[in-house]
Amino acid sequence: MPPLGVIILYAIIGLVSVGSAVGLLVSRNAIYSALFLVLNFLTVALLYLVLGAPFIALAQITVYAGAIMVLFLFVIMMLGAEKLTESSLRVRGLRVLAVVLGLVFAAEVALFLVVRGGIPAAPAEPALTFGDPAAVGLMLFQQYTLPFEITSVILLAAMVGAIVLTRGDLKDRLARRAALEKKA
Amino acid sequence: MIPLSWYLIFSAALFCIGLYGVLSRKNSVAILMGVELMLNSCTINLLAFWHYYAQVRQAPQMSPLVFAAIIFAVAAAETAVGLALIISAYRKRQNIIASDLDELKG
Repeated sequence: MPPLGVIILYAIIGLVSVGSAVGLLVSRNAIYSALFLVLNFLTVALLYLVLGAPFIALAQITVYAGAIMVLFLFVIMMLGAEKLTESSLRVRGLRVLAVVLGLVFAAEVALFLVVRGGIPAAPAEPALTFGDPAAVGLMLFQQYTLPFEITSVILLAAMVGAIVLTRGDLKDRLARRAALEKKA
Repeated sequence: MIPLSWYLIFSAALFCIGLYGVLSRKNSVAILMGVELMLNSCTINLLAFWHYYAQVRQAPQMSPLVFAAIIFAVAAAETAVGLALIISAYRKRQNIIASDLDELKG
């Protein structure tokens, strides 16, 4: 059995994380949804830190909770899409199916915990320098140079794609320019 | 030490919540948020397995961390393109309700 403090820490992380995910689902305002998602990403980053991956934890905070969520909030506010409509699951049977499948999942988890006696014997925590950023960086630039470069190409393609998509077609642009000139 | 199954149950729960969000929401931005939640739960799985593999072998492996970093980059790219698509749809239709965007329906 793990020490009580560890269990409490994990329980807090798990409950806050799952609770914020449920909050993301139930809140009717997209801004609140996005803020719940930020909370969820932050608790998951804490989990990565506990798992011994500080580099990934901080990348999670900067990339997910920082960059991606700022983009989400920007788009929500720009489009004025705060109001979320009611759930689109109009089929009655689907809701029943969801409840049944959820119960099956819960039963499966309970069965697993009973059959495996809850907690299997685990090896002791080794004193290793887990996932320290220098080692990850060396790995990234030595053994995984090609995937790293491919990632940069993916990011470039995404950037160009995003610009092209949001720019609109030629007719759009001409119409917007004409409207601007008329106003001036 | 926390057993591996707890992480897997946790990430499965997050994945299911995200999947429910994707399936039940009408607002495209909310759908994309559900996708982010699902992607994140997959990374939890990856890092949990990494942690346990390193403990069993008594030697840290750095490859899964690189993999997770690449997943982050791909997630950022996916979000950027997804939000650009939503903005583009809004320009054309003044509407981002996913069930109303049915021009491709046969």
